[in-house]
Amino acid sequence: MTQLSVLLSLPASITSGGNVSSGETALFWVLAPLMVFGALGLLFARKAVHAALGIVLVMISLAFLYTAQEAPFLGVAQVVVYTGAVMMLFVFVLMLVGVDNSDSLVETLKGQRWIGAILGLGVAAALIGVIQTATFDQARGLTTPNADSNPVGVARVIFGQDIFAFEVVGVLLITAALGALVLTHRQRLVPRVGQKERADARVASGGRLAPLAAPGVYAGSNAMDTPALDPEGRPIEESVSRVLRTRGQRRSATEVEAQVGGTSAIEPAQIEPAQIEEGTQP
Amino acid sequence: MNLSNYLVLASILFAIGTATVLLRRNAIIVFMGVELMLNSANLLLVTFARIHGDLQGQVMAFFVMVVAAAEVVVGLAIIVSIFRARGSASVDDVNLLKN
Repeated sequence: MTQLSVLLSLPASITSGGNVSSGETALFWVLAPLMVFGALGLLFARKAVHAALGIVLVMISLAFLYTAQEAPFLGVAQVVVYTGAVMMLFVFVLMLVGVDNSDSLVETLKGQRWIGAILGLGVAAALIGVIQTATFDQARGLTTPNADSNPVGVARVIFGQDIFAFEVVGVLLITAALGALVLTHRQRLVPRVGQKERADARVASGGRLAPLAAPGVYAGSNAMDTPALDPEGRPIEESVSRVLRTRGQRRSATEVEAQVGGTSAIEPAQIEPAQIEEGTQP
Repeated sequence: MNLSNYLVLASILFAIGTATVLLRRNAIIVFMGVELMLNSANLLLVTFARIHGDLQGQVMAFFVMVVAAAEVVVGLAIIVSIFRARGSASVDDVNLLKN
């Protein structure tokens, strides 16, 4: 219990109201370059998986920054919702769509790369310019609203004045889940072929009903490429894998026959332990 | 350290997200750029909540997270269904109306 209270008081020790402690400053200057690095990975990584990992780095660092900024609830929600759920979904879809599905480098719009880069820099310049010219009040900090711990304070707002928005968001989530189900639903064009249908078709076609014979097991070889022998001593071609037959890699039964020491055709009754030992020792 | 450093960081992340949406072709990466922009807006909201001493900003960031989760679900479902139909996740290949 004391450990828990120590853990809970850790965020508070990083920040003290609106003042930025030296610990928070260090945290920021360690995390900010890492976040920009991860975000640039999104922009420049050739493979989509690397971009996803960069974004995971950014999102986990954001969780640290939220916790440092007196928002531990949002920090935990960031880890659970974004890195836990959203990025997992992204990686999952990358797996479905194909990991090696990399970007084409052909420009379909002429000069799109330069215009896009200039627009991105322009957005950065405009936003940073606005922030640098604006004057902010002395930060008040959240010591008073967070008096009963941050989750309690946030819950008071959500379930108090924002209760209607909260309910609407619930409806939105259900709609999104239904939408995903509908969008990824695939309509079946042909009736499903199950085990019973396959069995019926096999009986109706009059083909082989029993399983295929296993490849032959002889003294000198029990490899996949040797056909088994039927009770009359003839090799069963189907007992060798179709792939080996197509490649022409199967051995004929006569090659094996020489090892066993038979003359024309081997009868199963002849293959006795004593004879097999003879065959193995030349 | 001034708190506006957080705002500058959020702006940089937002701009990188914008550039990603404008430059990349893979629909999934474009989508991750949108997520980056939403995240940077969240950082902005949390910082302003601290500056103004009001939890409303954090609550708004919470709602942004929920809406982003819903958006990701539907968006990725659309990407998957387009990939099934066209065999490509590139935003350039979705030009059926043009041809």
